[in-house]
Amino acid sequence: MTAVNIKALPRKKYVMPGNAACPGCPETMGFRYLGMALGDKAVTVIPAGCSSVIQGLWPRQGWGLPVLNIVFAAGAAAASGLSRALKRRGIEAQVVVWAGDGGTADIGLQALSGAAERGENIIYICVDNEAYMNTGIQRSGLTPHGAWTTTTHSGNPGRKKPLPQIIAAHKVPYVATASIGYPWDFIAKLRKAAAIKGFKYIHLHAPCPVGWRFDPSLTHKIAQLAVETGAWILYEYENGRLKLNPPSNRLLDPRKRKPLEEYLKLQGRFRNLQPKDLEILQAEVNENWAEIEAILKAQEKH
Amino acid sequence: MASMAKPGHVGGEAEKTAVIPLRGNEAVAYAAKLARVQVVAAYPITPQTIIVEKIDELISKGEMDAEMIYVESEHSALSAAYGAAIGGVRAFTATSSHGLAYMYEVLWWTAASRMPLVMALVTRAIGPPWNIHVEHADLMSTRDTGWLIAMAENNQEALDLTLLMFRITEDPRVYLPGIVGLDGFILSHTVEPVEVPSQELVDELLPARRQPYVIEPGKPIAMGNIMPDEIFEQHRMDMHVSQRASIEAIREAGKAYLELTGRDYTSLVECYKCSDADYLVVGVGSWMGDAKIAADMLREKNVKTGVLRLRWIRPFPWDELRKAAEGASVVVVMDRSISFGHAGPLYLEVASSLTQDIPVVGVVAGVGGVDISYEDIARITKHAIKTVEDTGTKRIPVLWYHKGSFYPMPPGPLRQREPPITANPLL
Ligand SMILES: Cc1ncc(C[n+]2csc(CCOP(=O)(O)OP(=O)(O)O)c2C)c(N)n1
Ligand code: SF4
Repeated sequence: MTAVNIKALPRKKYVMPGNAACPGCPETMGFRYLGMALGDKAVTVIPAGCSSVIQGLWPRQGWGLPVLNIVFAAGAAAASGLSRALKRRGIEAQVVVWAGDGGTADIGLQALSGAAERGENIIYICVDNEAYMNTGIQRSGLTPHGAWTTTTHSGNPGRKKPLPQIIAAHKVPYVATASIGYPWDFIAKLRKAAAIKGFKYIHLHAPCPVGWRFDPSLTHKIAQLAVETGAWILYEYENGRLKLNPPSNRLLDPRKRKPLEEYLKLQGRFRNLQPKDLEILQAEVNENWAEIEAILKAQEKH
Repeated sequence: MASMAKPGHVGGEAEKTAVIPLRGNEAVAYAAKLARVQVVAAYPITPQTIIVEKIDELISKGEMDAEMIYVESEHSALSAAYGAAIGGVRAFTATSSHGLAYMYEVLWWTAASRMPLVMALVTRAIGPPWNIHVEHADLMSTRDTGWLIAMAENNQEALDLTLLMFRITEDPRVYLPGIVGLDGFILSHTVEPVEVPSQELVDELLPARRQPYVIEPGKPIAMGNIMPDEIFEQHRMDMHVSQRASIEAIREAGKAYLELTGRDYTSLVECYKCSDADYLVVGVGSWMGDAKIAADMLREKNVKTGVLRLRWIRPFPWDELRKAAEGASVVVVMDRSISFGHAGPLYLEVASSLTQDIPVVGVVAGVGGVDISYEDIARITKHAIKTVEDTGTKRIPVLWYHKGSFYPMPPGPLRQREPPITANPLL
């Protein structure tokens, strides 16, 4: 990963003061990095979710990039059309879908899969706060096991969908995970994606103080703890080849990872987590790492 | 057919027009090509499929310079076409029935974005049970969304209206998307000779694309973020005003087209022998061709009948309807779908536009593709006239015509006054 020069980043504001986000909102952090990384070449397509509302009330606008708001399920489809039109008009652009986990993994999955399979020239970013926050913290297909939401009062019985792998299985040129706790990594990945033609997918882990029940000053820290405990893994698939990114590349050895509890205990949504659910979560983390290890080993042979 | 070319026109300007035998769907595909559509996004559904296949063929052969987005659903089809339109190019989609139902929320999004875009709708029944035949339930379900809606009677109109729709939707007084309806199988799969105008003629009809705004890099505007409710309401009022203003745009486009091709689309309706008619049959789509034959048959028996075919459903041609219905003693509205629990959609629109003294009878028929011949229409008309005369009723919402019998639904005062017109087998 090429290093990002802080001084060379644009100073222009892409998230405006007075927007309607809650304090400590990960989506505003992420959008700021998006603007820094891509600058004025970017146009965003935003399906329903917190990022539709954060923009605030017309005629004010919280996002400093062009925004096409679109119905919940249609992020990838509308972006496909927009990208084709701008290409035909000879306009250089980065068409970016900025969608929540619900808009990506649930209602928008069909359109996303279609756009990935067609190889549309867009960057699709899933801003994953692990629930439907905009409608009041209901579970989504990306809510982790055991988490409280307003539709899983006794803990989510399901398991988080492995979405980056699902998209990687479409054999698109670029798939990456990122975290708002590691802005440089995210910015570098956005820039890399922008230089690649075709379908690019970045899955941005975005802890939400309101939905996860933690103090708004802790957003960044919790995002980092997710990575340090191995619950969220930073990696990228470039042309099908998997690579771990720092700091996850140092965490293959489980002894290097912080205990999972350190990440979970700061979040009210896991307050009533039963020991068996903790075991399930830990087992999931172990499995995810084992899978990555297996892929890396298989790659070494080729 | 009033929309046919003036005699001699084709021969005289052979280089400007070619007469080609085309199925309705192919006529629409040629219109999209001639309109220089740049992005097409569509998903196959019977009886629309030929449109998509033909466009793909035209693109593959290099005859059409456009991109096809092979989307995975109709929801994505309209969303992608909309995304392309908002990005500044002419975009097109086509669907039928379940496909239209599947894209329903996007219809609203497109219209309220004020984004010019054209869609062909090949009319078909909506299941269950599965039924691929003609019905107008799909078309009629779009009336409240803000789209302009035109309905073709024949393949020539399917082509012409598609071309005109691009011009009208892109008129700054309008800036709304538009649907061109054509009847499943009856037009979509049936070959008719169609005059296909030259590219040169169409280029004269269609100026470079105009649209209210474009989403592109460097212009930080937003489309669709939350507005105060009062502004939202003003915005809806503005859409309504633009629908009315589109009447002028339609007439002007019709005039331009008349000069270019000799075919007359200056009116929102087609009046067939209605100026002296005592009885008026009102409807949309291909079966109005049969209604004209029925009118001629009835006239032979001194039942002076005319046909008022609504070429446009949105904007609704109030003025033309009122004028045509002046002096009519019975207006018979033929609906090919039903708004369950009330009446046929067109009946509701026509009855609410005419004064109470003009008797209006709503006839529902041909639902689910049931064949309706001109004999049936003659029979329906005579029966409707007789029912009004016998009962003195001014509004008869539903006489459902089914396998040669009439079923008043719901059975109301009409039934009490004149016991079973025909017993309802369902009751
Ligand atoms: C078709 C449709 N169904 C439901 C909704 C209601 N809705 C709006 S936003 C939303 C949840 C968004 O969740 P997510 O995508 O995770 O984004 P977040 O709000 O968490 O950023 C829902 C259910 C909608 N707008 N459209
Ligand atoms: S609920 Fe969470 S994601 Fe949504 S605006 Fe508030 S902090 Fe941001």
